[in-house]
Order: sequence, then C-alpha cells, then structure tokens
Amino acid sequence: MAKVLMKGNEALAEAAIQAGCRHYFGYPITPQNEVTAYMAKRMPKVGGVFLQAESEVSAINMVYGAGGAGARVLITSSSPGISLMQEGISYIAGAEIPCVIANVMRGGPGLGGIQPSQSDYFQSTKGGGHGDYKLIVLAPSTIQEMADLVQQAFDIADKYRNPVMILGDGMLGQMMEPVDFDNIKKGENHIEEKTWATTGMGTRKKKNIINSLELDPQMLEKHNIELFKKYEKASKEEVRYEMTNCEDAEIILVAYGTIARVAKNVIELAKRENINVGLIRPISLWPFPVEPFEKTVNYVKRYLSIEMSMGQMVEDVKLAVNGRKPVYFYGRAGGMVPEPAAILEEIRKISGGAK
Amino acid sequence: MDEKIIFAGFGGQGIMSMGLIMSYAGMMDGKNVSWLPSYGPEMRGGTANCHVTISDEPVGSPIINEATIVVAMNRPSLERFEKDLVAGGILLINSSLIDIGPQRSDIEVYRIPANDIANQMGNLKIANSIMVGALMSLKNIVSEDAVVNAFKKVFEGKEKLIPINIQAYNRGKESINSQFAVK
Repeated sequence: MAKVLMKGNEALAEAAIQAGCRHYFGYPITPQNEVTAYMAKRMPKVGGVFLQAESEVSAINMVYGAGGAGARVLITSSSPGISLMQEGISYIAGAEIPCVIANVMRGGPGLGGIQPSQSDYFQSTKGGGHGDYKLIVLAPSTIQEMADLVQQAFDIADKYRNPVMILGDGMLGQMMEPVDFDNIKKGENHIEEKTWATTGMGTRKKKNIINSLELDPQMLEKHNIELFKKYEKASKEEVRYEMTNCEDAEIILVAYGTIARVAKNVIELAKRENINVGLIRPISLWPFPVEPFEKTVNYVKRYLSIEMSMGQMVEDVKLAVNGRKPVYFYGRAGGMVPEPAAILEEIRKISGGAK
Repeated sequence: MDEKIIFAGFGGQGIMSMGLIMSYAGMMDGKNVSWLPSYGPEMRGGTANCHVTISDEPVGSPIINEATIVVAMNRPSLERFEKDLVAGGILLINSSLIDIGPQRSDIEVYRIPANDIANQMGNLKIANSIMVGALMSLKNIVSEDAVVNAFKKVFEGKEKLIPINIQAYNRGKESINSQFAVK
C-alpha cells in the first residue's frame, strides 16, 4: 500500500482500527485530540463503537467492561488524563484484562502544559496505580513505528491478558510523516478466541468471572505470584530496542521516543568533531532492555541518558549498568526539547574538555 | 538533499498548508519528510509556524534548529526565525506585510509582495500558494508534478479551490523574475 502522510495521533487511531480494534473510549485532552476526532469519524464507518465518556475515570472503566467482554479496546489520553485513569488501570491489571492505553505525554506536574514531555516514565513503568502490577510499555520514535507498535501492543495485551501502554509525546502526536499499514495483520481474524471473556454462559458449564477483589490473603498472594510469573515471561519475551553506531562508541546515549530522534542528529554532529557517539534506544521501556548494556559495558567509557524530563529513565540505565561505568544525565523539562548542540556540549563536558 | 524549511506567519495565512504542500510533494517524490506544527494555544491572528524537512536520509529530529529556508509571512516571523537560517540560507519575505529588512548579510533574501499579488488575483487567501511558487522557482526541492498533486491532496474535499491555488503558485514562480522581486 502507498504511504500516506499522517499525524502520529491519526496513525495511532488508524493502526488500531486496522489491527481489529472496534471499541474506543476517550475524553478530549491536548495534545492527543486527533485520536478522539479520528475515532469519532472512523469507528461508525467500520461498525465499531466510539464513545466520548463524561470523564477519564468513566472512560477507563468502559475499557474494563469492553475488554472484559473480550473486545479489542483502545483508550488514549495525555498525562493529566492518564493520572485520572490510574485506579481503573490497576483494576484492569488485577482482573487480567487486555487493552491498549496510549499516553501522548505533555509537561507536568498538575495540569502542566501542552508541549511534549517524557515526565510520565515513572508512572508508566513503575506502577502508576496501586498494587503489585506491571504494564508492558512501548515507546515509538517515528510515525511508522507508532503504527507498527499498535498492532504489537494489541497482540501482547492478548497474549498476557495485561494492559499495554504506548508511550508517546505531544511531538509524535502532532507531527506528520509518511506511514503505511502494511505490517498490520488485517481485521479480527487473527485474534485468538478469548475463552475467559464474560460473554454470557452460552454452552459453557462454568461461569467466567472477572474481578479484582480477593479478600483471602492466601488467595490474593497466589494471584500476585501468578501475575508475576506472567511478568517474568514478558520480561524475557517482549524486550525491544535499537542500537545505532554503538560498535566503537566511546559515549553511548540512551534515549527513547522523540528525543532518540534528536540523539541521531547528535551522532552526526559528534562525528564532525571525531567523537564516536552511539545510541541505545529502548523501544520497550518495561521490560527495560538490559541486553544492549551487557553488549557495550566492557568497552564504552560512559553512558548519557537524555530525556525530556528531570531524570527518570536514567535510574533504569543505572540499574542496567550497575556501577560498571559512569552514567550521566541531561534533560529538559516542561515542554522544552533539548537541541542537538546542547547535547553535544554536554558530551564535551562529561568527556572532560577538548575531546 | 536535506532541506529544512520553516514556514511562519499568523494564524489564517495558510502557514500549515504551505508546509503540507511541500511535505506531500516530497513524499510523492519518494523523499523522507516530516512536518511539525507549532501547537500552542493558537488561533486566527495569533502566530503559527511549521517545520518541514525533506531529505534523502531518514529524518532525525523534526525540530529545525538550522534552517536552509525560512518563509516569513509577517514581521514577527521574520524577527523570530531569521537567526535560525544557516549561512547562505534562503529567506523569503512577504513584503506586503513586512516593511523591515533582515539583520543579516550572509543569507539570500527575496521579497515577494504576496498579499498584493493575491489581492490583484482577487483572493487574499492564496498568498501562501504564491510563496510556495516563489520558493519552488528559487530551488527545485520537489518535482513540478508532485507539487500539483500535493495541491490536490491538501485541498481534498475543497476541489473548487485547486485551480486558483495552482494559478497563484504559477504567479508566485513568475514573481521571482518580475519587477517585484528585489534580491
């Protein structure tokens, strides 16, 4: 299929429909409004459900219901809206319901601003809601990757019966790039039957029950352990990352999403000054890819985590490097995007002057 | 090829559309492109800009810090983006609305009275297409066919606007060689 020029938000919506999603619940918030607008137009045409809820709290609980009935369901919002959904996300994880949640991040805390940010890394990868649970978190850095990851997100959600989060930001949501949907398995045919879904007794002998309440501590602990077996499996099988120019790098940048694109410009700038800079780009933020650090830690001199936050992913970088090499951080916050020249300056600084 | 173009003006001047036309045309020519809009609390009469990259290589950061071309449709845009041009870069000024010159002397400057030409043609809203024409006559960034097809794409659903915009585009191309354009 020929490429089309689309905003990241639109590509996300179209990819979801092409991957078989027929249920979308949402509530408007900048900078992800194009998803809601796109779904409002497209869903009725493909026989799907578009519903603008009265609030984010309501929308996420609609996801709980639709997902519980076995539907392939998408919900999107931006940072403050995602905060409002955290209770529901915890329930969904506890009740083991697959769904895809996209967060098109903006600056915070509080209402913050509407410009792009990456300051919800902790919220996305370390819990967000209450209780012992994990989201599988995928972070695209191009519009094409946004489209491709949406399909994967739905499949991963079904495979683990777990919510999967797509973590983007205002820039990825708003910018346009050529995109095709050739990598998407079309329609609902490839989706496995969900025998656990609450679709009515039919010919079943046993009731399907979806619930996140368990008052018996022994039983709840058993449930926690089962959930963690699942996360253990995901942490082996769902790791995704990209390495660029790492072979002989003296400094390796670690960056995801939008800022990883800036990092690629930095690699080129640094080449002009004979500084060999590489890039590790985590695509899965949880599970966080440790492997590229194992591959590089012996020869690289230092790592520099660059983020559109005050420093969040850098903690996972430090865990992966585990004290074997110095780990530095550079970031801008509040909707500011670091410029390549500023990152290069930081590289010069941590390299100790001239070189 | 690696063109980094900033289009800027006030809301309602068709700034986003100028960027879209070039982006579509680049895509149709098989180039890598990105289009990044400003998306503040924008409104008609407020400021608007978009960053367009058209490149043989995959696009890194869509934010343009070193522009090869700046198209300034009003005075605040000139004042804001002139500094982002690389040395030798091209600056297109909408001289109908901008009565000052640039500060720099290391760039190529072209003044196009886009609003005046548009008024002569009877439709102020086509000033943006005139500027796209001027830009294309200065530098063959994309193919002629691609630009025409891009107009069709951007005006999908508003087909009756396509002919006048293509006319405006052609007038823009001529304007560079006419009495109006002063290098």
